[in-house]
Amino acid sequence: MGQIRKELKVSAIENGTVIDHIPASAVFQVIRILKLEAFGNMVLFATNLESKIFGTKGIIKVSNKNFEAEELNKISLVAPHASIIDIRDFEVISKKIVETPDQIIGIVKCFNPNCVTNVEQLATKFSVVDKEDIRLKCHYCEKITTRKTMEFR
Amino acid sequence: MKNKSLVSINDYSKEEQLRILEVAQEFEKKPVQTILQDYVVASLFFEPSTRTRLSFESAVNRLGGKVIGFSEATNTSVKKGESLRDTILTIANYSDLIVMRNPVEGSARFASEISPVPIINAGDGANQHPTQTLLDLYSIQKTQGTLDNLHVALVGDLKYGRTVHSLVIAMCNFNTTFHLISPLELKLPSSVKMHIKEKNLSYFQYTEMNEVFSHADILYMTRIQRERFSDPLEFERIKNSYILHKDMIANTKDSFKVLHPLPRVNEIDIQVDSSEKAYYFEQALNGVYVRQALMALILGLR
Ligand SMILES: [Zn+2]
Repeated sequence: MGQIRKELKVSAIENGTVIDHIPASAVFQVIRILKLEAFGNMVLFATNLESKIFGTKGIIKVSNKNFEAEELNKISLVAPHASIIDIRDFEVISKKIVETPDQIIGIVKCFNPNCVTNVEQLATKFSVVDKEDIRLKCHYCEKITTRKTMEFR
Repeated sequence: MKNKSLVSINDYSKEEQLRILEVAQEFEKKPVQTILQDYVVASLFFEPSTRTRLSFESAVNRLGGKVIGFSEATNTSVKKGESLRDTILTIANYSDLIVMRNPVEGSARFASEISPVPIINAGDGANQHPTQTLLDLYSIQKTQGTLDNLHVALVGDLKYGRTVHSLVIAMCNFNTTFHLISPLELKLPSSVKMHIKEKNLSYFQYTEMNEVFSHADILYMTRIQRERFSDPLEFERIKNSYILHKDMIANTKDSFKVLHPLPRVNEIDIQVDSSEKAYYFEQALNGVYVRQALMALILGLR
């Protein structure tokens, strides 16, 4: 019951996806990663909500859209504990936690200014060498981008 | 190995690396051949590196091949702002193999992904320089008769020296014991040590050149650069203590050899040159045989 009431702080959606347990500071990054700025349907979001786990958290609700797991897993870089809830007719159909993928293509910039991905026009490509503390090894320059040095494209 | 680009030493398995060394022995015995007479090799040096370029070009010429390309980026379309993608796609039309040196890190990997002809990385910034590693392996094998179970001492800048990193990673395949001698600020990075630990090999770290030489088989010297130090006084303090003098190698094994990727500045006293344990000039010559072998294998001629 508590769960549902909390979600109601942001209006419920009829159909679509709820992304919950986003660190408050990462809500706008998640919006960017999922390209929701350019999305045509209703998107509701809130941040700095109270959360037992995080202290504060953010939540995003996207109407009439179900994401591919691959697409959603990208947000694990900024929201490693986010839960993904599929909604149909106001009911929770499924609920899962994002997983950090083994490989990240695009989205993240290589922190090395002398990397070919920052010089030529090409997508970045990283293997995730540490999923806990997020360490991304660049496929091209072989240098490690960390959470600290991470920027999004 | 036919048509297989070489960007990073790990692109080739241990067996493939050993095969290159084996073929290199053939070219050492008979360096002048005509197997490349119908081939054009592009030598694209986006930054000058006379030593590496001449070694490659000598290797091609001695096998009867033709070389096209440039030795620095001035006066080329690159200077006019052409992308690397366009340069590679264009030059691939004119050549069977591209040797590239480029200061941009990862440029060789990128080139290998878009080029219809194989790429040999002749150095991409601070990242990789795999043919140097192959010639180091060849030199070690040739002087020691084996690559297995050796004691290798590495001296100098172990933090930034890419040749050191690649050599350590390559030697991890051969049950090597490593002796790492460097100032504290220039220790081997943990990302490289990780490879030693993964194979459960022994390594010892020192901050002074000392008696380790008496049980070493190979001493690999590198240069320490002033600009690597955050504190210039620290550089002044240590700079003379990482210079190899002839008396320091007096009590080494008979088979002991001193290697250096060259160019040297003053880290090996010239008195050492006359010792039969000095091997750095022969080491450079071995680079030609190794590059001949590599090109022959990539072009499917061996
Ligand atoms: Zn990179």
